[in-house]
Amino acid sequence: MKINGVQKEYSEGLTVSEMLIKEGFQKERVAVELNEEIVPKDDYETIVLRAADVVEVVSFMGGGSK
Amino acid sequence: MKQDVFMLGGQEFQSRFILGSGKYNVELIQAAVENAGAQIITLAVRRANSMGEGNIMDFIPEGVTLLPNTSGARNAEEAVRIARLSRELGCGNFVKVEIMRDSKYLLPDNQETVKAADLLTKEGFVVLPYMYPDLNTARDLVNAGAAAVMPLAAPIGSNKGLATREFIKILIDEIELPVIVDAGIGRPSQACEVMEMGAAAVMANTAIATAGNIPQMASAFRKAIEAGREAYLSGLGRVRESGGEASSPLTGFLRD
Repeated sequence: MKINGVQKEYSEGLTVSEMLIKEGFQKERVAVELNEEIVPKDDYETIVLRAADVVEVVSFMGGGSK
Repeated sequence: MKQDVFMLGGQEFQSRFILGSGKYNVELIQAAVENAGAQIITLAVRRANSMGEGNIMDFIPEGVTLLPNTSGARNAEEAVRIARLSRELGCGNFVKVEIMRDSKYLLPDNQETVKAADLLTKEGFVVLPYMYPDLNTARDLVNAGAAAVMPLAAPIGSNKGLATREFIKILIDEIELPVIVDAGIGRPSQACEVMEMGAAAVMANTAIATAGNIPQMASAFRKAIEAGREAYLSGLGRVRESGGEASSPLTGFLRD
């Protein structure tokens, strides 16, 4: 699967929540998009990732414009 | 003096200074916010860094309203996608719509901005669109349900000041929504001037972030914005087209 643009070799069956832990993300500080659809936080434990998935994990950072 | 409240998206604010959080160390944010007296701070949404890097959210004082922007979006669809992610980050439903196709001058794409405003207000966002100061676009944004318009004074990050003065004035005169002047304001005197003209608020980032002393410049901007607002509320004195007029009586007692 692709996480933030980088190909990762995780075995299938990993939940979103497990992926966040393995990747070192702080769950409460991020939002997750799976194949361009937002994953609600309540679904992190139940949604299972597949090899072809494209995942984006975003958070806030400093910004005024651009 | 009666209290001067700034209403935005159904919320009351006392401060009319919206502070950007880009281009400076997160550890200075608290001091900047406090010195600015800012109650709204803008943020960007980006791919998260893993491994416990300092998160900006840990540095923003409590009670400050977050205004995520959609910077990086090149069209309405991308702006909507970023806005949804920002709401999912759990900090309210304000969004500053920023859509740019041009990477040299970073000018906003007004057409796409109207499209995004329309989509996002339907999804319940409080939409604050960054725009090129054009009256027709501003009217379209009013119709799209925007909560304010945010015309640029000069290209983002340029600190060039009020290059679009006359057009911002038209928006202030003709548009019922708050006009928040955003981008290009480089000095406190320029912030003061737009407030004197009747702008509802000023947003600044680079002017503060590139100053010699960030918290001190935040404080200077605060004073300038407050002074400009007070001058606007009090009504500026008239300009005499030619000649002078004494403000002291000219009774020539020495010659009587």
